[in-house]
Amino acid sequence: MSYLTGSDMYGGYGGADILQGCSIAVDKGEIAVVVGPNGAGKSTAMKAMFGMLSLRSGQVLLGGRDITALTPQSRVRNGMAFVPQTNNVFVSMTVQENLEMGAFIRDDDFLPTLEHVFELFPVLREKRLQPAGELSGGQRQQVAVGRALMTNPEVLMLDEPTAGVSPIVMDELFDRILAIRQTGIAILMVEQNARQALNIADRGYVLVTGENRFTDSGQALLASPEVRRSFLGG
Amino acid sequence: MATDVLDALVLLTNFVVVPSLAYGSQLALGALGLTLVYSVLRFANFAHGDVMAFGTMTTVLITWWFQSIGIGLGPLPTALLALPFAIVITVAAMLLTDRAVYRFYRARRSSPAIFVIASIGVMFVMNGIVRFVIGPDDQQFNDGERFIIKARTFKQMTGLHEGLAIKVSQGLTIVIAVVLVIALFWFLNRTRTGKAMRAYSDNEDLALLSGIDPERVVMVTWIITAVLTTIAGTLYGLDKSFKPFTYFHLLLPFFAAAILGGIGQPVGAIIGGYVIAFSEVAVTYAYKKFFTYLVPADWAPNGLLQLLSTDYKFAVSFIILVVVLLVRPTGIIRGKTI
Repeated sequence: MSYLTGSDMYGGYGGADILQGCSIAVDKGEIAVVVGPNGAGKSTAMKAMFGMLSLRSGQVLLGGRDITALTPQSRVRNGMAFVPQTNNVFVSMTVQENLEMGAFIRDDDFLPTLEHVFELFPVLREKRLQPAGELSGGQRQQVAVGRALMTNPEVLMLDEPTAGVSPIVMDELFDRILAIRQTGIAILMVEQNARQALNIADRGYVLVTGENRFTDSGQALLASPEVRRSFLGG
Repeated sequence: MATDVLDALVLLTNFVVVPSLAYGSQLALGALGLTLVYSVLRFANFAHGDVMAFGTMTTVLITWWFQSIGIGLGPLPTALLALPFAIVITVAAMLLTDRAVYRFYRARRSSPAIFVIASIGVMFVMNGIVRFVIGPDDQQFNDGERFIIKARTFKQMTGLHEGLAIKVSQGLTIVIAVVLVIALFWFLNRTRTGKAMRAYSDNEDLALLSGIDPERVVMVTWIITAVLTTIAGTLYGLDKSFKPFTYFHLLLPFFAAAILGGIGQPVGAIIGGYVIAFSEVAVTYAYKKFFTYLVPADWAPNGLLQLLSTDYKFAVSFIILVVVLLVRPTGIIRGKTI
């Protein structure tokens, strides 16, 4: 059993179910990537695992404990962190304040974590007194990931972290995500840039119409002719 | 000739600058409350003026009680002593109102328009309570020394024809407003709760993801608003007098100040408050005497040189409001977060 597991998930935003029994899991020190065509329910699956929509059936386990009924806020307190795709920074607040807000639930000294985030994203230290709204797209993503890391999570969930950033910035971000994996955090992300994301993935999930189509290691999926033909453009 | 210019300036200071500074401080404090509620709870609070009347009424009643049992502050108004108690009562009233009215609509995630209508309901109820308890008439509750500098003393000191009078209530208003504004900005920018409030107003969803409790943020917002409005209302009452209907009327300059400065922006609310106050006083002042000092005797104007009768002072707020909404709807400072 993996550290975070969503199994046989059915559900949607009212109306027809978007998730048709998909299962996703990720372990500590691992990167799991969910890819698939538009409308496959990738982000929905992720939101379901974070409690942002309620499941009609299926369950979510965190460290062996059933958390299906928990609100997103209590999941945060239980060691899950979520980076939304858009509006993921406090634009009117400085970089440092953004990071401090990430540590809001913590009563212990968060300065070591802050130092860790600054080491991971050196540019944030430089810009720490600047409002996050004035940063470039890539830097904003770094603030967003940094804010999530400030909660000291066991699981980091990223909804399309490289949407709308340049290829160079994307490579940098993936590089940082690999560095975060080194610290033993479980990383689950949904990606539009499937090829690059699968490249760094320990596990890859290809979702189609809310169901698991292929599940394997990232490299195996990249090597599979069928996956290449149907989802990676040859 | 040189003393004529000085006389003209003193005249202007006495009748325009000092009153506008005091009135502007009162407006700024009121508009700050309005802007905080807007940026955190996301609705225009129409009950603001009547909450102010409620807070001031409480101060007036406690002041009368203190006066009747002989407690006072010497040269300072007794109302200052009553103020902390009135603040506690007004805070309690605000939190009760939130619990009874606004929380219900928050849980239902109602649209801002519903909140505005609910706040109009609260406005009528508050209005009713105030009139029922203290009545609709003018109430005086100022005591202690009246002036910091009297016009006559000023004339004797300077030898000028014109006097400059500064009332205790005006001096108090300006000092208290400055202290409150500094305290508010310290709270918003330096404390954990203040930053959480800004975060919540900036991005509600992300604040939830960071574990910020929205009910707590809302509670703190009402507490701050109640403190600001009670103080603003009391200062206004000391400066002029307390009449419930006047406080209801203050809603217009409050909104004008908040919107002119950029609604949701505390700095904007302060700038807006002073701009509205200066415009209102400057436009309704009769400049005849001022020009008489400055021009040769035979050029002296016949008319009052008053642009607008004081009866129409609300038109000033209204015109500024309309022009801002037409020309620069975002206000002086853009954005809608604290």
